[in-house]
Amino acid sequence: MNTARTAAPIVSLSGVHKRFNEGLPNETEVLHGIDLTVEAGEFASLIGPSGSGKSTLLNLLGLLDRPSAGEYLLKGVPTGTASDDERTQARLDTLGFVFQFHHLLPEFSALENVMLPGLMRDGAFTPANRASARELLAAVGLSDAMEKRPGELSGGMQQRVAIARALALAPDLVLADEPTGNLDTHSADEAFALLRRFNRERGCAFIVVTHDPRLAARCDRVIELRDGMIERDGPVASATDAPDPKR
Amino acid sequence: MRFEWIVAWRFLREGGLQTALIIIGAALGIAFIVFITGFLGELQRDIVQRTLGVQPHVTIKPLEEVARPLRQGDARGSSRGDAPIVLSDVQPRGQRLRSIDQWQAAVARLRENPDVRAISPLVAGPGLVTRGDSNKSLSIIGIVAQPYAAVTRLDQKLIAGTLQVDPGDVLLGRDLAEDLGVGIGDTVRLSTPTSPGDTYRVRGIFDLGAKNLNQLYAYVGLATAQALHALPGGVTSIEITVDDLWDAQRVASDLSLTIPHRVESWIQTNQQLMVALSNQTLMTRMIRFTFGLVVAIGVASVLMVAVVQKTREIGILRAMGTSRGRVLRVFLVQGAIIGLIGAVLGCAVGYALALFMSGVLTSADGSRLFNAHLDFRLYFFTTLGAVVLGVVSAALPARRAARLDPAQAIRM
Repeated sequence: MNTARTAAPIVSLSGVHKRFNEGLPNETEVLHGIDLTVEAGEFASLIGPSGSGKSTLLNLLGLLDRPSAGEYLLKGVPTGTASDDERTQARLDTLGFVFQFHHLLPEFSALENVMLPGLMRDGAFTPANRASARELLAAVGLSDAMEKRPGELSGGMQQRVAIARALALAPDLVLADEPTGNLDTHSADEAFALLRRFNRERGCAFIVVTHDPRLAARCDRVIELRDGMIERDGPVASATDAPDPKR
Repeated sequence: MRFEWIVAWRFLREGGLQTALIIIGAALGIAFIVFITGFLGELQRDIVQRTLGVQPHVTIKPLEEVARPLRQGDARGSSRGDAPIVLSDVQPRGQRLRSIDQWQAAVARLRENPDVRAISPLVAGPGLVTRGDSNKSLSIIGIVAQPYAAVTRLDQKLIAGTLQVDPGDVLLGRDLAEDLGVGIGDTVRLSTPTSPGDTYRVRGIFDLGAKNLNQLYAYVGLATAQALHALPGGVTSIEITVDDLWDAQRVASDLSLTIPHRVESWIQTNQQLMVALSNQTLMTRMIRFTFGLVVAIGVASVLMVAVVQKTREIGILRAMGTSRGRVLRVFLVQGAIIGLIGAVLGCAVGYALALFMSGVLTSADGSRLFNAHLDFRLYFFTTLGAVVLGVVSAALPARRAARLDPAQAIRM
């Protein structure tokens, strides 16, 4: 699946600025000219202190917000002039989201939550959709909890459901906003290991926002933001102090 | 649309008590609308039938005779002063008792109209009933029993005897029979200005529900009345029942185009009653409109709250790839579902209410004021209206939900 897309990088940002309250006295620029390229299958962390613009950048990458200036190519396609519906469709087809607070829909069971992206794409719960959702939930170790509502699951389990949901339609890029920020160390390790495993097995690229230097060290690439600019972008410092195999 | 229905249904189901309350509210409002609509229809039909007594829906009469002066007054001539002044006075003609010209042809025409259900030709004129020393003036009406019963339901109004008007038979009203002191089998003398009359045997006694009507009418056979009123072979009016009481005026207008006679509907001849009924209908409409509005506002406010409660979920759905249009429709569908369930429950409760009230409300003679019956046409249109109302009420909350910024909504 990931072999054919060598032509264009998944993400290509050039000179991206983001200003809030544009034209108002309290106008503030949060991102000052970001250039960033993420290739297919990469596993990158996005780190930086609070207020450095991580979430803003993630929203731009996730097509939830539009840059004030600069260009964003998603799989080589310019997104600047796309309509809301086109951007929505691109989110469904290309992107997966994992949020800090899991954000499962409480009205649906764990299995149905994982089936939701398929429901959006196909307009119905199809048997194929159900089969692949079961497979994903089994892969995250939740075979026994498929029919449970999110409220009946622990935080770590909910986050694993959310990870399965993000991967439901085999996205090219998963954006994870502090996916382990709300979990205890053990659950956090488990969830992170899952992300790495899906990256390896399914070849989809990850951008993981994290505060945890331990987790950042376990990524392939670290992008560090400071005051709205990329301060550092490169492979993880040394292979010795961050052993590549999980744990 | 499957996605929208699934999500809308789950949202409503998770709403629990909140959803139950708004559906109950909508159902009660709709139940009242259904009840009052059915009740008013029945009540008005009943009032009309009781008030009209034996008045038909539509009556055909001969055209009124008008005097045509041979010489018209010349206004110009008189103003010049040199022409002779003409003094003329045209008096309106007194209306004789006349037969409808070629009434058989008119009846044939009437039969062609699909709205006409029953046709009864009759002869009616003034007369006198005598028994011993007592005289009463009244209207002597010659009928053919079967069609007349079809038009006026006289057969149901008989309280004694049979609906039989063979030669020598007469039917009298209850109060007139009491005044004369006669019963079934007794004889009375009927006479008219044009006939010294004969004796007739009382075959039946009827009650039209109003004393003055019971004193006013005596029914005899058509041929008998033709002889008494000196109108051999003629009829003075043709009475018609139409399919829909409230449609009588339109049918009358249609009929007046096909036959060269005077056509009057009960609506024209009972203007006051009609005005009272229209006011009643107007009031009911206002009440129904108000109830509908209250239901709509209730649905809108509950869904508005739901949008706020579900802001984060809406944000997630949007982020995951749900379009604005879909989010909009999820909430419109919720409005439709509330309307649909509310209408189904409301129709059932409305019917139950009608059943209950029909047992409670009785008219002066102790009979039921109205009968509850299943009116599926009403239920269908009520349900349709409720679904549309639900969707319209949901429009504002749905728009709000669709306009949520996903990036902000997720942070809520």
